[in-house]
Amino acid sequence: MMEILRCTVNNKPVELGIDPRESLADTLRQRLGLTSVKKGCEVGECGACTVLVDGVAIDSCIYLSVWAQGKTILTVEGLQNENGELTPLQKAFVEEAAVQCGFCTPGIIMSAVEIVGSGKLYTRDELRKLISGHLCRCTGYENILNAVERAVNEAHKFVGEKE
Amino acid sequence: MYDIASIYQATSVADAIRALQADPGAILIAGGTDVLIKIREGKLAGCALVSIHELGEELGGITLADNGDVEIGPLSTFRDVTYSPVIRQYIPVLGEATDMAGGPQLRAAGTIGGNVCNGITSADSASTLMALDAVLVVRGPAGERKVPIARWYKGVGKVDLAHDELLVKLVIPRENYAGFTGHYIKYAQRSAMDIATLGVSCLVKLSGDKQTAEAVKLAFGVAGPVPMRAPAAEAAVSGLPIEAAIENIGPAALQDVNPRTSWRASREFRLQLVEELSGRALREAARKGGAGV
Amino acid sequence: MEVGRSIPRVDAADKVTGRAKYTDDLCPRPVLEAKILHSTIANGWVKSMDISAAQALPGVVKVLTCFDVPDLQYPTPGHPWSVEKAHQDVSDRKLLSRRVRIYGDDIAAVVAEDEVTAQRALELIRVEYEEYPVMLEPEQAMAPGAVAIHDEHPDNILAKMDLRTPITDPRYENVEQVLEDETLCQFRGHYETQQVQHCHIENPVSFAWMEGGRIHVVTSTQIPHIVRRVIGQALGIGWGGVRVIKPYIGGGFGNKQEVLYEPLNAWLTTQVGGRCVRLDVSREETFRNTRSRHPISFDVAAAVDKQGRLMARSCTAISNQGGYASHGNAIVANAVTGFRQLYPDQVGHHSTAYTVYTNRPAPGAMRGYGIPQCNFAAECMMEDIALKFGFDPIQLRLKNIMPLGYVDPFNGITCHSTGLRECILKGAETIGWEALRAQYKNQTGPVRRGVGMACFSYKTGVYPISLETASARMVLNQDGTVGLQLGATEIGQGGDTVFCQMAAESIGIPTEDIHIISFQDTDTAPFDTGAYASRQTYVTGKAIQKVGAQFRQKLLDYAAELFPEAEGLTIARRFVTDGAGEKLLSLADLATTAFYSLEHSVHITAEDTNHCKENTFAFGCCFAQVEVDIPVGKVKVLRLINVHDSGRLINPALAAAQVHGGMSMGMGYALTEEMKLDPKTGKLLNGNLLDYKMPTAMDHPDLTALFVETEDPSGPFGNKALGEPPAIPVAPAIRNAVLNATGVAVNTLPLSAQKLVEEFTKGGLIGHV
Repeated sequence: MMEILRCTVNNKPVELGIDPRESLADTLRQRLGLTSVKKGCEVGECGACTVLVDGVAIDSCIYLSVWAQGKTILTVEGLQNENGELTPLQKAFVEEAAVQCGFCTPGIIMSAVEIVGSGKLYTRDELRKLISGHLCRCTGYENILNAVERAVNEAHKFVGEKE
Repeated sequence: MYDIASIYQATSVADAIRALQADPGAILIAGGTDVLIKIREGKLAGCALVSIHELGEELGGITLADNGDVEIGPLSTFRDVTYSPVIRQYIPVLGEATDMAGGPQLRAAGTIGGNVCNGITSADSASTLMALDAVLVVRGPAGERKVPIARWYKGVGKVDLAHDELLVKLVIPRENYAGFTGHYIKYAQRSAMDIATLGVSCLVKLSGDKQTAEAVKLAFGVAGPVPMRAPAAEAAVSGLPIEAAIENIGPAALQDVNPRTSWRASREFRLQLVEELSGRALREAARKGGAGV
Repeated sequence: MEVGRSIPRVDAADKVTGRAKYTDDLCPRPVLEAKILHSTIANGWVKSMDISAAQALPGVVKVLTCFDVPDLQYPTPGHPWSVEKAHQDVSDRKLLSRRVRIYGDDIAAVVAEDEVTAQRALELIRVEYEEYPVMLEPEQAMAPGAVAIHDEHPDNILAKMDLRTPITDPRYENVEQVLEDETLCQFRGHYETQQVQHCHIENPVSFAWMEGGRIHVVTSTQIPHIVRRVIGQALGIGWGGVRVIKPYIGGGFGNKQEVLYEPLNAWLTTQVGGRCVRLDVSREETFRNTRSRHPISFDVAAAVDKQGRLMARSCTAISNQGGYASHGNAIVANAVTGFRQLYPDQVGHHSTAYTVYTNRPAPGAMRGYGIPQCNFAAECMMEDIALKFGFDPIQLRLKNIMPLGYVDPFNGITCHSTGLRECILKGAETIGWEALRAQYKNQTGPVRRGVGMACFSYKTGVYPISLETASARMVLNQDGTVGLQLGATEIGQGGDTVFCQMAAESIGIPTEDIHIISFQDTDTAPFDTGAYASRQTYVTGKAIQKVGAQFRQKLLDYAAELFPEAEGLTIARRFVTDGAGEKLLSLADLATTAFYSLEHSVHITAEDTNHCKENTFAFGCCFAQVEVDIPVGKVKVLRLINVHDSGRLINPALAAAQVHGGMSMGMGYALTEEMKLDPKTGKLLNGNLLDYKMPTAMDHPDLTALFVETEDPSGPFGNKALGEPPAIPVAPAIRNAVLNATGVAVNTLPLSAQKLVEEFTKGGLIGHV
């Protein structure tokens, strides 16, 4: 029993057959090869599978693919520009040594994309809350917060300049 | 991949009711944060699903009615409730409570309707909805009926909702929030991604001089098998000077609750939390109302 | 200088773009899915099993049970194999077991066309058991008449160790006499630690297939070469008949220093005609069926003289081994040894250690390997001694810490360098110790603050307890860059990056010119036992240094052929220069010439083994500032500072990052983490990431990682252990801070809210008296 899913994935329209029992994480990983979407618990407790659906970070392991019909999905694979350059957020993760094993990294980056995209400034404690849906065992979150804080501040400066 | 026999995506509330009527074994799924986990655990494995996930237009939205009641569409996510301008302006305590469920991703998926319909005592919105005496509007084949939340919970995981009925609206009557300020304390082992060891929600209406707690409403999660009000405590402190109310509400609440010992926490520990946190919740609620406490 | 630079990780860009491949990312699909049937009792036997309904389910390829597996017992820990039989690991496990030893033991496996079918088939298997009483604690398992969990150990004691250091004072015959000397300050204490888990975010998934008549396994492991050996042992086949590939892994922390499900996965593919089988291990299975940190109880005694010198101590440790031996007695032996080494006693020391089988999920290696446990006992004890006899807690420690030149009387491990004193002083100054201790005297009220500290020592690698060996291979590319191949593994700690820095330093080229192969393939990767014991920068580092020197010499030798007249050849900034500093040719030109020369073509490579016969101690400390909300038992960590002496830092930024992670793990150990079991059934109650409380971002304070860099003469680049140590001192530091805040000494981990409320009630801080 296959169904056709039409949606936008990483800025491209996609039409593909899915098994309606699939989670969005299953579909993205196995049918579209977007393996940045990691599975760590499959019940929405670790955040490793976080993607943006219509701009909002959700756990794709507890989101049925059939619900993605007509929606816009973004994963880490869709972040780089055409030249392949890292985004300022990704650069911040690299330069702040916010990456260790890297398994939680794509998910946290997707939450951070939403945070940075808000164009708002946040306190350190607010950032802690905004990334609290991600578990990381390598970093103590310290450098992750440094990276997100840096990207938020840089983006805000940019927004400020434009205004 | 989930062990699901079938999934029917309802096109409207009426369609969902028809689909539920047609299959007495079907399970209703909204945000999915609860049902999918039960499927994976095996408790609901192999079930047929009726999805209302995409009925946001019909079942979402948070509005202020002409009579001043706040009406919440059950498909509103925790995040929708927290960021709703209506909630922020009129019932901020409810938005604060929904902002403590799970983590950000879960709050963007889990719905307030699901939180109420799964009948769980630790549900983060439930104790505040109890304190607010929310009215739940339920629709079935025979039409709509209204259930005061005090009569909603029937036992662990059981609520007053028939198989072919849907929760279609949560109403917070104006008189239940107007003039009150509230505070919710989620006591858990972690500051995020956790279920409450105890949830305490307290609403207070202060006298004009901010010295007296004219009316106090207190409700708990995890102080018993279902979310509960604390009538003895409310009666004991309503009308008292605010400091006296704060001092007395905790000990009085011990008469209302009946927590159990589980591997998560002992009865004695939960009783200590009830006693201590009731006063703290009242103090914060009063502070928000302008009391100098 | 390439060593000492804080360059970004060599794998960072791949990890932030999602390009870095982990095991499951490489799995071909569709693939056969395997799932394991777990027992619903904790102790007993599988009497019979009915698999007919499962086998008949459409989509099921094969159902295999504990009655089908090879009759071979094999060892699982990631130790180097020992050629001496007496030192070999305990072989007490079969691929699937008729004898059920833990709740959820592996008793059958299903291979199916998809995971839903595999899961449904599991539900259809009927099992008949013979049940024995559940024994979760050593006292139960050691009681007379207790059922033997393994027949080889009728008393359930896997091993016992009893060690006494020589007595150095003629007035005493033994430690016990010192511990009864009434002229000394006498102290007795009992401390206990709990069972916790690693919580790497990637579960230990694997997939296996047959090709070329051999078994190929891709797996999330820290120890690919050991996995190959153990698969060979478990299946009774030649080790060369197995190929193991290790891609990027999503954390290990010691759990993947054990051969977990790879042998079963390898066997399953042989049972389905060599088709590719994926063995997904769920989070729940990871909690229950993989390893964890041993709960250990400590009975300690100390005799201290009036100046605060430790004259003698005894330590009896009982380690709860759960249902399988895993690392055997090695962990509790390391614990009591670590307890002894940090503070060498003036007169003598007596250690006793037991490892006892029970029906718990079996613990194994976890970051720190017994030392976080013993350090909790040691550093609570020091704090309690200071409080009881009126010593300053920091001065008491400074008076007793291991001195430079210390040589362990049993294993000969030597203190080649120490910055521990400086670490303690730096930590105290950074947190403002004196001022805070003064400020926190005589507090009242429901919310109080405190500061506490703890220090530790930690050896580097496993020599001389086990073999330490590592190989490296360097290959010249045509453009003058260098390929680096190791059997040592990147597990998230930053190994690949520092290996590249070390190789660059040894050859004399920029780190950017080193291309490391991150994935290990046991067919091609040089031999190395893998990532554990904080060994790789030290042991593998020595191999890299040795091979780097050889490789550099080969480059210079070839250059000398091209420039026979030149003298004093050296390599600098991608050029070969002569003694006067004149550039003779670029390494790129040298490489191209070496490859394609019509006179003398040579593919320049170097490869060698370094058999490491050295060890050294790393040191450090933790300072914690806490706020305790007494009526509700909540501890808020306001500030956490770790200061480390790990010798010279290869990459200071990555070192600090690694320290943060250890501090975080230590904080969870201190406050919230604990595997909870139902005492009646032995079932794990909180085997998921919601109910098991590892700290979230909101539970952390900002973390401060500081260093005192020493130059260790035994380290390849002056460096010594760093990976595990940061997790060690945090729990006792927090416990001591809570003691400082409240006056209540909690002697068991974790300091959970409920336990604190109970202790504060006992201590009179809560209640209506």
